[in-house]
Amino acid sequence: MLLIRCPYCEEDLPEAEFAYAGEAHIARPADPMALSDEEWRDYLFIRSNPRGTHFERWRHIHGCGRFFNAVRDTVSDKFRMTYKAGLPRPDLSAAKEAAE
Amino acid sequence: MTHFSAFSLLKNALSGHKGWREQWPDSQPKAEYDVVIVGAGGHGLGAAYYLAKEHGITRVAVIDKGWLGGGNTGRNTTIIRSNYLYDESARLYDHALDLWEDLSQELNYNVMYSKRGVMMLAHNVHDVQSFQRHIHSNRLNGVDNRWLTPEEAKAFCPPLDISPRRRYPVMGAALQKRAGTARHDAVAWGYARAAAARGVDIIQNCAVTAIRRGPDGAVTGVETTKGFIRARKVAVSAAGNTSVVLESAGLRMPLESFPLQALVSEPVKPIFPCVVMSNSVHAYISQSDKGELVIGSGTDQYVSYSQRGGLPLIEHTVAAICEVFPIFRRMRMLRKWGGIVDVTPDRSPILGKLPIPGLYVNCGWGTGGFKATPGAGHLLAWTVAKDEPHPINAPFTLERFTTGRLIDEAAAAAVAH
Repeated sequence: MLLIRCPYCEEDLPEAEFAYAGEAHIARPADPMALSDEEWRDYLFIRSNPRGTHFERWRHIHGCGRFFNAVRDTVSDKFRMTYKAGLPRPDLSAAKEAAE
Repeated sequence: MTHFSAFSLLKNALSGHKGWREQWPDSQPKAEYDVVIVGAGGHGLGAAYYLAKEHGITRVAVIDKGWLGGGNTGRNTTIIRSNYLYDESARLYDHALDLWEDLSQELNYNVMYSKRGVMMLAHNVHDVQSFQRHIHSNRLNGVDNRWLTPEEAKAFCPPLDISPRRRYPVMGAALQKRAGTARHDAVAWGYARAAAARGVDIIQNCAVTAIRRGPDGAVTGVETTKGFIRARKVAVSAAGNTSVVLESAGLRMPLESFPLQALVSEPVKPIFPCVVMSNSVHAYISQSDKGELVIGSGTDQYVSYSQRGGLPLIEHTVAAICEVFPIFRRMRMLRKWGGIVDVTPDRSPILGKLPIPGLYVNCGWGTGGFKATPGAGHLLAWTVAKDEPHPINAPFTLERFTTGRLIDEAAAAAVAH
Protein backbone atom coordinates (compact mmCIF):
# COMPACT_ATOMS: atom_id res chain seq x y z
CA MET A 1 0.00 0.00 0.00
CA LEU A 2 1.45 3.34 -1.05
CA LEU A 3 1.26 6.27 1.35
CA ILE A 4 0.55 9.44 -0.58
CA ARG A 5 0.77 13.00 0.70
CA CYS A 6 -2.13 15.15 -0.44
CA PRO A 7 -0.70 18.68 -0.80
CA TYR A 8 -4.11 20.19 -0.07
CA CYS A 9 -5.02 18.10 3.01
CA GLU A 10 -1.34 18.08 4.07
CA GLU A 11 -1.55 14.50 5.30
CA ASP A 12 0.01 11.14 4.36
CA LEU A 13 -2.92 8.92 3.42
CA PRO A 14 -3.33 5.37 2.02
CA GLU A 15 -3.37 4.74 -1.72
CA ALA A 16 -6.98 3.53 -1.52
CA GLU A 17 -8.11 7.15 -1.07
CA PHE A 18 -6.53 8.20 -4.37
CA ALA A 19 -7.02 7.65 -8.07
CA TYR A 20 -4.10 7.76 -10.48
CA ALA A 21 -4.67 10.15 -13.37
CA GLY A 22 -1.80 9.58 -15.80
CA GLU A 23 1.30 11.53 -16.74
CA ALA A 24 1.51 15.15 -15.56
CA HIS A 25 2.40 18.33 -17.46
CA ILE A 26 0.77 17.29 -20.75
CA ALA A 27 -0.73 20.58 -21.86
CA ARG A 28 -3.90 20.60 -23.91
CA PRO A 29 -3.12 22.17 -27.31
CA ALA A 30 -3.85 25.88 -27.30
CA ASP A 31 -5.03 25.83 -30.91
CA PRO A 32 -6.47 22.34 -31.63
CA MET A 33 -7.38 23.17 -35.23
CA ALA A 34 -3.74 23.86 -36.09
CA LEU A 35 -2.46 20.45 -35.00
CA SER A 36 -1.14 17.88 -37.47
CA ASP A 37 -1.95 14.18 -37.13
CA GLU A 38 1.50 13.58 -35.64
CA GLU A 39 0.97 16.28 -33.02
CA TRP A 40 -2.42 14.83 -32.09
CA ARG A 41 -0.78 11.41 -31.75
CA ASP A 42 1.88 12.83 -29.43
CA TYR A 43 -0.70 14.66 -27.33
CA LEU A 44 -3.20 11.80 -27.08
CA PHE A 45 -1.13 8.63 -27.06
CA ILE A 46 2.62 9.05 -26.61
CA ARG A 47 3.77 8.81 -23.00
CA SER A 48 7.24 9.05 -21.50
CA ASN A 49 6.83 5.82 -19.45
CA PRO A 50 10.27 6.16 -17.83
CA ARG A 51 12.10 3.61 -15.76
CA GLY A 52 12.90 6.01 -12.91
CA THR A 53 11.56 9.46 -12.06
CA HIS A 54 7.99 10.00 -13.24
CA PHE A 55 5.84 13.14 -13.05
CA GLU A 56 2.23 12.10 -12.63
CA ARG A 57 -1.22 13.28 -11.62
CA TRP A 58 -3.26 11.87 -8.77
CA ARG A 59 -6.70 12.75 -7.48
CA HIS A 60 -7.68 12.61 -3.82
CA ILE A 61 -10.96 11.03 -4.84
CA HIS A 62 -12.11 9.85 -1.39
CA GLY A 63 -10.93 13.02 0.33
CA CYS A 64 -10.85 16.60 -0.85
CA GLY A 65 -11.49 15.46 -4.44
CA ARG A 66 -8.74 17.65 -5.89
CA PHE A 67 -6.14 16.82 -8.53
CA PHE A 68 -2.45 17.28 -7.68
CA ASN A 69 0.91 16.27 -9.12
CA ALA A 70 3.50 13.87 -7.76
CA VAL A 71 7.07 12.81 -8.47
CA ARG A 72 7.58 9.08 -8.00
CA ASP A 73 10.32 6.60 -8.81
CA THR A 74 8.75 3.88 -10.99
CA VAL A 75 11.26 1.21 -9.92
CA SER A 76 10.96 1.59 -6.13
CA ASP A 77 7.46 3.19 -6.23
CA LYS A 78 8.78 5.71 -3.71
CA PHE A 79 7.25 9.20 -3.82
CA ARG A 80 9.83 11.97 -3.90
CA MET A 81 7.31 14.80 -3.51
CA THR A 82 3.78 15.94 -4.26
CA TYR A 83 2.74 19.44 -5.24
CA LYS A 84 -0.39 21.37 -6.10
CA ALA A 85 -1.89 21.29 -9.59
CA GLY A 86 -0.91 24.26 -11.73
CA LEU A 87 2.58 24.62 -10.26
CA PRO A 88 5.43 24.22 -12.73
CA ARG A 89 7.46 21.01 -12.96
CA PRO A 90 9.76 21.15 -9.92
CA ASP A 91 13.51 21.34 -10.29
CA LEU A 92 14.51 18.07 -8.65
CA SER A 93 18.20 18.92 -8.17
CA ALA A 94 17.17 21.98 -6.16
CA ALA A 95 14.69 19.90 -4.16
CA LYS A 96 17.42 17.39 -3.39
CA GLU A 97 19.78 20.05 -2.10
CA ALA A 98 17.05 21.54 0.08
CA ALA A 99 16.41 18.08 1.60
CA GLU A 100 20.09 17.73 2.43
CA MET B 1 19.47 -32.38 -29.70
CA THR B 2 18.18 -35.45 -27.87
CA HIS B 3 14.84 -36.58 -29.25
CA PHE B 4 12.31 -36.94 -26.43
CA SER B 5 10.08 -40.01 -26.65
CA ALA B 6 8.56 -42.72 -24.47
CA PHE B 7 11.63 -44.79 -25.36
CA SER B 8 14.13 -42.11 -24.21
CA LEU B 9 12.14 -41.68 -20.99
CA LEU B 10 12.23 -45.43 -20.34
CA LYS B 11 15.94 -45.66 -21.13
CA ASN B 12 16.77 -42.83 -18.74
CA ALA B 13 14.44 -44.22 -16.07
CA LEU B 14 16.44 -47.47 -16.12
CA SER B 15 19.70 -45.56 -15.65
CA GLY B 16 18.36 -43.56 -12.71
CA HIS B 17 17.69 -40.40 -14.78
CA LYS B 18 21.41 -39.59 -14.74
CA GLY B 19 21.69 -39.49 -18.55
CA TRP B 20 19.74 -36.26 -19.20
CA ARG B 21 21.92 -33.51 -20.56
CA GLU B 22 21.71 -29.75 -20.95
CA GLN B 23 19.14 -28.99 -23.66
CA TRP B 24 20.73 -25.81 -25.03
CA PRO B 25 24.08 -24.10 -24.47
CA ASP B 26 24.43 -20.87 -22.51
CA SER B 27 25.87 -18.86 -25.43
CA GLN B 28 28.22 -15.89 -25.36
CA PRO B 29 27.67 -13.14 -27.92
CA LYS B 30 29.46 -13.21 -31.29
CA ALA B 31 30.51 -9.98 -32.99
CA GLU B 32 27.77 -10.06 -35.61
CA TYR B 33 24.38 -11.64 -36.35
CA ASP B 34 21.83 -11.31 -39.14
CA VAL B 35 19.06 -10.70 -36.61
CA VAL B 36 19.20 -9.74 -32.93
CA ILE B 37 16.02 -10.26 -30.90
CA VAL B 38 15.82 -8.27 -27.67
CA GLY B 39 13.95 -10.22 -25.00
CA ALA B 40 14.09 -13.99 -24.46
CA GLY B 41 10.48 -14.54 -23.48
CA GLY B 42 8.17 -16.92 -25.30
CA HIS B 43 7.52 -14.35 -28.07
CA GLY B 44 11.20 -13.62 -28.75
CA LEU B 45 12.30 -17.25 -28.58
CA GLY B 46 9.35 -18.22 -30.76
CA ALA B 47 10.39 -15.63 -33.34
CA ALA B 48 13.95 -17.01 -33.35
CA TYR B 49 12.64 -20.54 -33.84
CA TYR B 50 10.39 -19.61 -36.78
CA LEU B 51 13.13 -17.44 -38.33
CA ALA B 52 15.39 -20.49 -38.36
CA LYS B 53 12.78 -23.04 -39.33
CA GLU B 54 10.57 -21.23 -41.85
CA HIS B 55 12.88 -18.58 -43.25
CA GLY B 56 16.27 -20.28 -43.04
CA ILE B 57 17.80 -17.42 -41.05
CA THR B 58 19.93 -19.06 -38.37
CA ARG B 59 22.50 -16.38 -37.56
CA VAL B 60 20.16 -15.13 -34.85
CA ALA B 61 20.79 -14.08 -31.24
CA VAL B 62 18.11 -13.77 -28.58
CA ILE B 63 19.38 -11.47 -25.83
CA ASP B 64 17.85 -11.05 -22.38
CA LYS B 65 18.89 -8.97 -19.41
CA GLY B 66 17.76 -11.76 -17.07
CA TRP B 67 17.18 -15.44 -17.62
CA LEU B 68 15.02 -16.77 -20.43
CA GLY B 69 11.31 -16.93 -19.69
CA GLY B 70 11.85 -14.97 -16.45
CA GLY B 71 9.66 -12.02 -17.34
CA ASN B 72 5.98 -12.15 -18.18
CA THR B 73 6.33 -15.59 -19.79
CA GLY B 74 6.94 -17.04 -16.32
CA ARG B 75 4.55 -14.72 -14.50
CA ASN B 76 1.21 -15.04 -16.27
CA THR B 77 -1.80 -17.21 -15.45
CA THR B 78 -1.26 -19.40 -18.58
CA ILE B 79 -4.71 -18.84 -20.06
CA ILE B 80 -5.14 -19.35 -23.81
CA ARG B 81 -8.23 -18.20 -25.71
CA SER B 82 -9.14 -16.34 -28.89
CA ASN B 83 -12.72 -15.06 -28.40
CA TYR B 84 -11.93 -11.44 -29.30
CA LEU B 85 -14.56 -9.14 -30.75
CA TYR B 86 -13.01 -7.46 -33.79
CA ASP B 87 -12.05 -9.19 -37.04
CA GLU B 88 -8.38 -8.19 -36.79
CA SER B 89 -8.03 -9.48 -33.23
CA ALA B 90 -10.00 -12.65 -33.86
CA ARG B 91 -7.69 -13.52 -36.77
CA LEU B 92 -4.58 -12.72 -34.75
CA TYR B 93 -5.46 -14.72 -31.65
CA ASP B 94 -7.03 -17.59 -33.58
CA HIS B 95 -3.83 -17.88 -35.61
CA ALA B 96 -2.00 -18.39 -32.32
CA LEU B 97 -4.59 -20.94 -31.20
CA ASP B 98 -4.05 -22.92 -34.42
CA LEU B 99 -0.33 -23.06 -33.65
CA TRP B 100 -0.95 -24.09 -30.02
CA GLU B 101 -2.82 -27.17 -31.25
CA ASP B 102 0.28 -29.12 -32.29
CA LEU B 103 3.03 -27.11 -30.62
CA SER B 104 4.17 -30.01 -28.43
CA GLN B 105 4.70 -32.23 -31.49
CA GLU B 106 6.27 -29.39 -33.46
CA LEU B 107 8.85 -28.69 -30.73
CA ASN B 108 9.16 -32.30 -29.48
CA TYR B 109 8.60 -30.73 -26.06
CA ASN B 110 5.49 -31.14 -23.95
CA VAL B 111 3.99 -27.68 -23.42
CA MET B 112 1.02 -29.31 -21.69
CA TYR B 113 -1.57 -27.45 -23.76
CA SER B 114 -4.87 -28.45 -22.23
CA LYS B 115 -8.10 -27.58 -24.04
CA ARG B 116 -10.10 -27.48 -20.83
CA GLY B 117 -12.33 -24.61 -21.95
CA VAL B 118 -12.60 -20.97 -20.88
CA MET B 119 -15.97 -19.94 -19.51
CA MET B 120 -16.91 -16.28 -19.03
CA LEU B 121 -19.72 -15.67 -16.55
CA ALA B 122 -22.52 -13.20 -17.22
CA HIS B 123 -23.91 -11.64 -14.03
CA ASN B 124 -26.31 -9.04 -15.39
CA VAL B 125 -28.30 -8.11 -18.47
CA HIS B 126 -25.47 -6.04 -19.90
CA ASP B 127 -23.06 -9.01 -19.61
CA VAL B 128 -25.59 -11.29 -21.33
CA GLN B 129 -26.03 -8.91 -24.26
CA SER B 130 -22.34 -8.14 -24.57
CA PHE B 131 -21.28 -11.82 -24.49
CA GLN B 132 -23.94 -12.78 -27.01
CA ARG B 133 -22.66 -10.06 -29.31
CA HIS B 134 -19.18 -11.52 -28.86
CA ILE B 135 -20.40 -15.02 -29.61
CA HIS B 136 -22.14 -13.92 -32.83
CA SER B 137 -19.08 -11.95 -33.89
CA ASN B 138 -16.80 -14.89 -33.11
CA ARG B 139 -18.94 -17.34 -35.03
CA LEU B 140 -18.94 -15.09 -38.09
CA ASN B 141 -15.15 -15.17 -37.88
CA GLY B 142 -15.06 -18.94 -37.48
CA VAL B 143 -13.91 -18.67 -33.87
CA ASP B 144 -15.27 -21.26 -31.46
CA ASN B 145 -17.54 -19.71 -28.77
CA ARG B 146 -21.02 -20.61 -27.55
CA TRP B 147 -23.67 -19.61 -25.08
CA LEU B 148 -24.48 -21.72 -21.99
CA THR B 149 -27.52 -21.48 -19.74
CA PRO B 150 -26.77 -21.34 -15.97
CA GLU B 151 -27.57 -25.08 -15.73
CA GLU B 152 -25.21 -25.91 -18.61
CA ALA B 153 -22.52 -23.74 -17.00
CA LYS B 154 -22.93 -25.62 -13.72
CA ALA B 155 -22.68 -28.95 -15.54
CA PHE B 156 -19.46 -27.80 -17.21
CA CYS B 157 -17.98 -26.41 -13.97
CA PRO B 158 -19.51 -28.13 -10.90
CA PRO B 159 -17.96 -25.83 -8.22
CA LEU B 160 -20.05 -22.98 -9.64
CA ASP B 161 -22.93 -21.74 -7.47
CA ILE B 162 -25.86 -20.77 -9.74
CA SER B 163 -28.37 -19.96 -7.02
CA PRO B 164 -30.32 -16.85 -8.15
CA ARG B 165 -30.09 -15.38 -4.65
CA ARG B 166 -26.35 -14.79 -4.89
CA ARG B 167 -25.03 -11.25 -4.95
CA TYR B 168 -23.66 -11.86 -8.46
CA PRO B 169 -26.07 -14.41 -9.92
CA VAL B 170 -24.92 -16.46 -12.93
CA MET B 171 -27.28 -15.57 -15.78
CA GLY B 172 -25.39 -17.61 -18.34
CA ALA B 173 -21.91 -17.98 -19.71
CA ALA B 174 -19.88 -17.83 -22.91
CA LEU B 175 -17.77 -20.94 -23.43
CA GLN B 176 -14.82 -21.33 -25.74
CA LYS B 177 -14.13 -25.05 -25.55
CA ARG B 178 -11.00 -24.90 -27.65
CA ALA B 179 -9.42 -22.51 -25.16
CA GLY B 180 -7.51 -23.61 -22.08
CA THR B 181 -4.09 -23.47 -20.48
CA ALA B 182 -0.48 -24.50 -21.14
CA ARG B 183 2.65 -24.82 -19.05
CA HIS B 184 4.22 -21.36 -19.46
CA ASP B 185 7.83 -22.30 -18.62
CA ALA B 186 7.71 -25.27 -20.98
CA VAL B 187 6.74 -22.94 -23.84
CA ALA B 188 9.88 -20.83 -23.33
CA TRP B 189 12.07 -23.91 -22.81
CA GLY B 190 10.60 -25.75 -25.79
CA TYR B 191 11.19 -22.82 -28.15
CA ALA B 192 14.67 -22.21 -26.69
CA ARG B 193 15.66 -25.84 -27.17
CA ALA B 194 14.26 -26.07 -30.70
CA ALA B 195 15.78 -22.71 -31.73
CA ALA B 196 19.20 -23.54 -30.26
CA ALA B 197 19.15 -26.86 -32.12
CA ARG B 198 18.87 -24.86 -35.36
CA GLY B 199 21.83 -22.66 -34.51
CA VAL B 200 20.26 -19.74 -32.64
CA ASP B 201 22.35 -18.25 -29.81
CA ILE B 202 20.46 -17.57 -26.58
CA ILE B 203 22.39 -15.01 -24.54
CA GLN B 204 21.19 -14.53 -20.98
CA ASN B 205 22.14 -11.99 -18.28
CA CYS B 206 23.09 -9.51 -20.97
CA ALA B 207 21.13 -6.25 -20.92
CA VAL B 208 20.69 -4.27 -24.14
CA THR B 209 21.59 -0.71 -23.16
CA ALA B 210 21.08 1.03 -26.50
CA ILE B 211 20.15 0.48 -30.13
CA ARG B 212 22.76 1.98 -32.46
CA ARG B 213 22.00 3.60 -35.83
CA GLY B 214 24.29 4.47 -38.69
CA PRO B 215 24.60 7.80 -40.55
CA ASP B 216 21.77 6.76 -42.92
CA GLY B 217 19.48 6.23 -39.91
CA ALA B 218 19.33 2.45 -40.28
CA VAL B 219 20.03 0.08 -37.43
CA THR B 220 23.65 -1.07 -37.10
CA GLY B 221 23.45 -3.14 -33.92
CA VAL B 222 22.90 -3.12 -30.18
CA GLU B 223 25.05 -1.96 -27.30
CA THR B 224 24.94 -4.50 -24.47
CA THR B 225 26.54 -5.10 -21.08
CA LYS B 226 28.70 -7.70 -22.89
CA GLY B 227 29.79 -5.29 -25.61
CA PHE B 228 28.56 -4.13 -29.02
CA ILE B 229 26.81 -6.66 -31.25
CA ARG B 230 26.49 -5.84 -34.96
CA ALA B 231 23.19 -6.62 -36.67
CA ARG B 232 21.31 -5.08 -39.59
CA LYS B 233 17.98 -6.23 -38.20
CA VAL B 234 16.90 -5.81 -34.59
CA ALA B 235 13.53 -6.98 -33.27
CA VAL B 236 12.45 -5.68 -29.88
CA SER B 237 10.14 -7.99 -27.94
CA ALA B 238 10.79 -6.72 -24.43
CA ALA B 239 7.25 -6.36 -22.99
CA GLY B 240 7.23 -3.81 -20.13
CA ASN B 241 10.70 -2.51 -20.99
CA THR B 242 10.01 -1.92 -24.69
CA SER B 243 9.63 1.85 -24.43
CA VAL B 244 12.90 2.10 -22.47
CA VAL B 245 14.80 0.09 -25.12
CA LEU B 246 13.26 1.96 -28.06
CA GLU B 247 13.89 5.37 -26.52
CA SER B 248 17.61 4.71 -27.10
CA ALA B 249 16.85 4.56 -30.84
CA GLY B 250 15.05 7.89 -30.62
CA LEU B 251 11.51 6.50 -30.69
CA ARG B 252 8.81 7.48 -28.23
CA MET B 253 6.08 4.85 -27.96
CA PRO B 254 2.36 4.92 -27.14
CA LEU B 255 2.97 2.56 -24.23
CA GLU B 256 2.56 2.62 -20.48
CA SER B 257 3.95 -0.10 -18.20
CA PHE B 258 1.88 -1.34 -15.29
CA PRO B 259 2.35 -4.16 -12.77
CA LEU B 260 -0.10 -7.03 -13.31
CA GLN B 261 -0.44 -9.37 -10.36
CA ALA B 262 -1.38 -13.00 -9.90
CA LEU B 263 -1.46 -15.38 -6.98
CA VAL B 264 -1.70 -19.10 -6.27
CA SER B 265 -3.23 -21.09 -3.44
CA GLU B 266 -1.81 -24.10 -1.65
CA PRO B 267 -2.10 -27.20 -3.88
CA VAL B 268 -5.27 -29.27 -3.52
CA LYS B 269 -6.74 -32.31 -5.26
CA PRO B 270 -8.40 -31.73 -8.66
CA ILE B 271 -11.52 -29.66 -8.05
CA PHE B 272 -11.65 -27.10 -10.85
CA PRO B 273 -12.00 -28.54 -14.36
CA CYS B 274 -11.80 -25.44 -16.54
CA VAL B 275 -10.91 -21.74 -16.60
CA VAL B 276 -13.58 -19.36 -15.34
CA MET B 277 -13.48 -15.62 -15.88
CA SER B 278 -15.90 -13.19 -14.36
CA ASN B 279 -15.30 -9.84 -15.92
CA SER B 280 -17.81 -7.75 -13.99
CA VAL B 281 -16.62 -9.03 -10.61
CA HIS B 282 -13.06 -9.15 -11.91
CA ALA B 283 -11.97 -12.63 -10.97
CA TYR B 284 -10.42 -15.35 -13.04
CA ILE B 285 -9.36 -18.71 -11.85
CA SER B 286 -8.10 -22.12 -12.96
CA GLN B 287 -6.27 -25.02 -11.37
CA SER B 288 -2.73 -25.96 -12.34
CA ASP B 289 -1.73 -29.58 -12.89
CA LYS B 290 0.23 -29.26 -9.63
CA GLY B 291 -3.07 -28.55 -7.86
CA GLU B 292 -2.73 -24.85 -7.04
CA LEU B 293 -5.61 -22.54 -7.81
CA VAL B 294 -4.15 -19.93 -10.16
CA ILE B 295 -5.86 -16.58 -9.72
CA GLY B 296 -5.36 -13.55 -11.90
CA SER B 297 -5.67 -10.05 -10.56
CA GLY B 298 -5.73 -6.74 -12.39
CA THR B 299 -3.15 -4.08 -13.17
CA ASP B 300 -2.18 -1.50 -10.59
CA GLN B 301 -3.42 1.94 -11.53
CA TYR B 302 0.00 3.60 -11.69
CA VAL B 303 2.97 3.20 -14.06
CA SER B 304 5.62 1.05 -12.41
CA TYR B 305 8.53 -1.28 -13.14
CA SER B 306 8.54 -2.81 -9.64
CA GLN B 307 7.42 -6.38 -10.66
CA ARG B 308 5.58 -6.42 -7.32
CA GLY B 309 2.37 -4.44 -7.27
CA GLY B 310 0.24 -3.30 -4.37
CA LEU B 311 -1.70 -5.38 -1.86
CA PRO B 312 -5.09 -3.59 -2.20
CA LEU B 313 -5.54 -5.26 -5.61
CA ILE B 314 -4.89 -8.72 -4.19
CA GLU B 315 -7.42 -8.09 -1.45
CA HIS B 316 -9.96 -7.01 -4.06
CA THR B 317 -9.27 -10.06 -6.25
CA VAL B 318 -9.54 -12.56 -3.41
CA ALA B 319 -12.78 -10.92 -2.26
CA ALA B 320 -14.18 -11.38 -5.78
CA ILE B 321 -13.14 -15.06 -5.88
CA CYS B 322 -14.75 -15.71 -2.48
CA GLU B 323 -17.95 -14.03 -3.67
CA VAL B 324 -18.22 -16.06 -6.87
CA PHE B 325 -16.86 -19.32 -5.40
CA PRO B 326 -17.79 -19.45 -1.69
CA ILE B 327 -16.36 -22.99 -1.70
CA PHE B 328 -12.84 -21.45 -1.74
CA ARG B 329 -13.36 -19.12 1.23
CA ARG B 330 -11.06 -21.09 3.51
CA MET B 331 -8.32 -21.79 0.96
CA ARG B 332 -4.94 -20.40 1.92
CA MET B 333 -2.95 -18.43 -0.62
CA LEU B 334 0.70 -19.37 -1.02
CA ARG B 335 2.30 -16.54 -2.94
CA LYS B 336 1.69 -13.57 -5.18
CA TRP B 337 3.86 -11.80 -7.72
CA GLY B 338 3.76 -9.17 -10.42
CA GLY B 339 4.90 -8.78 -14.00
CA ILE B 340 5.29 -5.53 -15.92
CA VAL B 341 2.88 -5.32 -18.83
CA ASP B 342 3.08 -2.74 -21.61
CA VAL B 343 -0.33 -1.35 -22.42
CA THR B 344 -1.32 0.52 -25.59
CA PRO B 345 -4.12 3.10 -25.68
CA ASP B 346 -6.41 0.72 -27.63
CA ARG B 347 -5.31 -2.43 -25.73
CA SER B 348 -4.21 -4.13 -28.96
CA PRO B 349 -0.58 -5.06 -29.63
CA ILE B 350 1.88 -3.34 -31.95
CA LEU B 351 3.53 -5.95 -34.18
CA GLY B 352 5.44 -4.84 -37.22
CA LYS B 353 7.99 -2.51 -38.74
CA LEU B 354 9.07 0.72 -37.12
CA PRO B 355 9.90 3.97 -38.96
CA ILE B 356 13.62 3.16 -38.52
CA PRO B 357 15.01 0.80 -41.23
CA GLY B 358 15.97 -2.56 -39.75
CA LEU B 359 14.00 -2.09 -36.55
CA TYR B 360 10.95 -4.24 -35.73
CA VAL B 361 8.75 -4.42 -32.67
CA ASN B 362 6.42 -6.84 -30.94
CA CYS B 363 4.91 -5.09 -27.94
CA GLY B 364 1.79 -3.74 -26.34
CA TRP B 365 0.30 -7.13 -25.55
CA GLY B 366 -0.77 -5.66 -22.24
CA THR B 367 -2.36 -8.15 -19.91
CA GLY B 368 -2.89 -10.87 -22.51
CA GLY B 369 0.32 -11.80 -24.30
CA PHE B 370 0.83 -15.39 -23.24
CA LYS B 371 -2.07 -16.77 -25.28
CA ALA B 372 -0.54 -15.25 -28.40
CA THR B 373 2.97 -16.64 -27.89
CA PRO B 374 3.25 -18.95 -30.94
CA GLY B 375 1.33 -16.52 -33.16
CA ALA B 376 3.38 -13.49 -32.13
CA GLY B 377 6.64 -15.40 -32.65
CA HIS B 378 5.49 -16.70 -36.03
CA LEU B 379 4.33 -13.30 -37.31
CA LEU B 380 7.35 -11.42 -35.95
CA ALA B 381 9.65 -13.89 -37.72
CA TRP B 382 7.73 -13.37 -40.98
CA THR B 383 7.86 -9.57 -40.63
CA VAL B 384 11.61 -9.57 -39.91
CA ALA B 385 12.49 -12.07 -42.66
CA LYS B 386 10.43 -10.45 -45.43
CA ASP B 387 10.71 -6.85 -44.19
CA GLU B 388 6.94 -6.55 -44.49
CA PRO B 389 4.07 -7.59 -42.23
CA HIS B 390 2.10 -10.80 -42.68
CA PRO B 391 -1.55 -10.03 -43.64
CA ILE B 392 -2.61 -11.07 -40.11
CA ASN B 393 -0.44 -8.53 -38.31
CA ALA B 394 -0.67 -5.84 -41.01
CA PRO B 395 -3.38 -3.87 -39.10
CA PHE B 396 -1.33 -3.85 -35.87
CA THR B 397 1.00 -1.03 -36.88
CA LEU B 398 2.45 1.82 -34.88
CA GLU B 399 1.01 4.17 -37.53
CA ARG B 400 -2.55 3.44 -36.41
CA PHE B 401 -2.07 5.94 -33.58
CA THR B 402 -1.46 8.64 -36.20
CA THR B 403 -4.15 7.63 -38.69
CA GLY B 404 -6.71 6.93 -35.97
CA ARG B 405 -7.41 3.43 -37.25
CA LEU B 406 -7.38 1.89 -33.75
CA ILE B 407 -8.37 -1.68 -32.89
CA ASP B 408 -10.25 -0.73 -29.80
CA GLU B 409 -10.64 -4.02 -27.94
CA ALA B 410 -10.58 -2.24 -24.59
CA ALA B 411 -13.88 -0.46 -24.75
CA ALA B 412 -15.67 -3.07 -26.79
CA ALA B 413 -14.56 -6.14 -24.91
CA ALA B 414 -14.47 -4.66 -21.41
CA VAL B 415 -12.59 -7.73 -20.30
CA ALA B 416 -9.53 -8.74 -18.49
CA HIS B 417 -7.32 -10.11 -21.23
